Amino acid sequence: MSDKILPPLIERPSPLSWIYKNLFNTWYNALLSLLSGALIFWIGRAVVIWLLEVAQWRVIVTNLRLIMLGQFPISEVWRVWLGLALLALITGNSLGIWGRKARGAGRVTIGLLVLLLGLAVITSGQSQLWLLGMAGLLGLGWWVGRSAGKGLERVVITGWVIWPPIFILLLRGLGADSELLPLVGTNLWGGLLLTLLLTIVGIVFSFPLGVLLALGRRSSLPIVRWFSVAYIELIRGVPLITLLFMAQLMLPLFLPTGVNIDRVLRAMVAITLFSAAYLAENVRGGLQAIPKGQYEAAYAMGLNNIQSMGLIIMPQALRLVIPILVGQFIALFKDTALVSIVGLMDLVGIGKTVLAQPEFLGLQREVYAFISMLYWVISYAMAYVSQRLEVSLGVGER
Amino acid sequence: MRNQKHTAIPFWRDERVLQVLGQVAFAAAVIFFFYILIQNMVTGLQRQGTTLGFSFLQGTAGFDIAETSITYSRTSTYAQAFLVGLLNTLQVSFVGIILSTILGIILGVARLSSNLLVRNLSAAYLELMRNLSLLVFLIFWYLAVFLKLPRVAEAVIWPGQIHLTNRGVGLPWGLPTETFETYRWVLWAGLAAAALVALVLHYIGKRTGKPPLTALWALLTFAAFAVVGWFVLPGAPLTLDYPSVQGLNMVGGKVVSPEFMALLSGLVLYTAAFIGEVVRAGLQAVSKGQVEAARAIGLTGFQTLRLVVFPQAMRVIVPPLTSQYLNLTKNSSLAIAVGFPDMFYVSNTILNQSGRAVEMISLVMLTYLTFSLVTSWFMNWYNQRAQLVER
Repeated sequence: MSDKILPPLIERPSPLSWIYKNLFNTWYNALLSLLSGALIFWIGRAVVIWLLEVAQWRVIVTNLRLIMLGQFPISEVWRVWLGLALLALITGNSLGIWGRKARGAGRVTIGLLVLLLGLAVITSGQSQLWLLGMAGLLGLGWWVGRSAGKGLERVVITGWVIWPPIFILLLRGLGADSELLPLVGTNLWGGLLLTLLLTIVGIVFSFPLGVLLALGRRSSLPIVRWFSVAYIELIRGVPLITLLFMAQLMLPLFLPTGVNIDRVLRAMVAITLFSAAYLAENVRGGLQAIPKGQYEAAYAMGLNNIQSMGLIIMPQALRLVIPILVGQFIALFKDTALVSIVGLMDLVGIGKTVLAQPEFLGLQREVYAFISMLYWVISYAMAYVSQRLEVSLGVGER
Repeated sequence: MRNQKHTAIPFWRDERVLQVLGQVAFAAAVIFFFYILIQNMVTGLQRQGTTLGFSFLQGTAGFDIAETSITYSRTSTYAQAFLVGLLNTLQVSFVGIILSTILGIILGVARLSSNLLVRNLSAAYLELMRNLSLLVFLIFWYLAVFLKLPRVAEAVIWPGQIHLTNRGVGLPWGLPTETFETYRWVLWAGLAAAALVALVLHYIGKRTGKPPLTALWALLTFAAFAVVGWFVLPGAPLTLDYPSVQGLNMVGGKVVSPEFMALLSGLVLYTAAFIGEVVRAGLQAVSKGQVEAARAIGLTGFQTLRLVVFPQAMRVIVPPLTSQYLNLTKNSSLAIAVGFPDMFYVSNTILNQSGRAVEMISLVMLTYLTFSLVTSWFMNWYNQRAQLVER
């Protein structure tokens, strides 16, 4: 017997043998490869030719501000930028603090920086300055978070909680006669801004409501349980569009005379109520996956109902369903497009106004391709971040 | 021994009492909330001089509907208009479910292909579709694809005389001849015979313990009736009618409106991506050991698939698949964005004409709710049947 242990054989495929093995190993695979290769070539060629030669992108360039912000007054646009700058600061800070534990956080940070700087290169004037400022704040936040470490955690979490209301306050203004922040009516909110606002408000309010409904559905109290079941099944059984119509047409009937709710707010209520039912089912899935021993152990330690839920069960259950929850949030984001059917000026609604301008008639392809692209990129980014979050929290490992 | 005197817990700290009280309070709050809402509504309606009720459905509709599958004119009633919409919804959902299942299975199997290109193509398609907003996709599909097809005079003609125009898609269609009535009876007889064959085979399978190819034989029986009937009858029961261009219109064949095509193909392309994922997950859920064990006891490749992989994969596939079907049905309400007169679109027109918001929205919601309850009833039935029997 020889002492020398040979290393395991590793196949090092040459490019040719790799192609043979993956694409042409049997006759039908060869046929499929040729067919799909032809399909990719045909579609790719048509898309590239259209993108570069046929499409008239000036419709997007001219209307970019409209698509992003709707009719938001130019003199008040700094408020949107300020809100985004705050967001950049908190994001950078979070990435700095938790980045060391999470693989891929560095990539996210660099990606965001490149994105901001890239946008700064192609824009000009005020936008350019703001974008550069945001990149700077992101970097600054990251550096501070990195050096301060755990000490800042509480501050940043508070920042995340208070950012949405601050942003909405900034946008809406303090009052009609305020010098600093005059009122900007919701009828002027539009474009990507409105789409994102609907998403943020939907997520922020439907999440706690969904958790409550999930607990209600698993409650031992029959009346609470029946109510939760009825609510969840009723909402999940109807399309979102019927709820939006109900909010726009029936809600005014239900309110006492003289009380008038803003149209954007009505849409937000409908989206929140809709999403909560789906979130409740997702959270319930997580709750059911927690073994009974955890509940019993919590009681054995003398925790009461609320304590055991809040300290033992919920953190584990929510961690289990993070991917599903993010999937639901992405679905919510995509569903906000429906508000255009009830006449709000979100991305899709603004698309219609852009196409109604006489000089841009007939450019549906360009406008809707661009809007689809925006939806796609944002959804994809959300999915990507959630995957990184999953990895860093170790979901599915152990 | 110490004589311990039992002290009763005061009722305000007795958990049982508190639970009952809490629930009563909760119920009271909910009822009070709805009472206020309905009270407001009733006073509001009284001010407008209307009352609730569905008798308005008997009124004359007075509007046209572009696509109807039953006789309907503007003198028909609101109820008939609603029915037209309902049938259109069912039609688009039914065809959509069949087509998206076929495409979804292809995509799901392609995801697991040993061919690198095919696998990645399928994955890229899924990634493209699931990050798009369905509404935006439908609008794009309708405005930027189907309405941008050439005019009728310059129709693009695909093999099989399929005419693509911005006024609709012309498809070859079978026209019934005199023998069609008789042929229909032949088909019914074939169906009965197929059911009989299936029952007998099922019974034999139970007796012998050998699973026969029930579905295949039943299908063959039916096909035999259909083919023999077609040729035995004095004339073919259907003649193929091709669409053609005459002046500014298409004649002959079946002309499908761009609205219907856009809605149907958009829903199918979108839902198929999700069904593909469901199918892939189902196939992957069958552990490799099962296939190896089946091969070890001497089953052939086809038998392994039919008797071992397929039944186990179905158990995983069917529940999410039905919820995808339900999604497709609910998403068909987006027809309003492309102008196809489905139930929601028609109801919206009725609502605008009659001003009966409460009634119409409740009617639409109840109808969708019925679809969903029927589906979940089916699901529960299937789950009970297909459940793994454990200890």
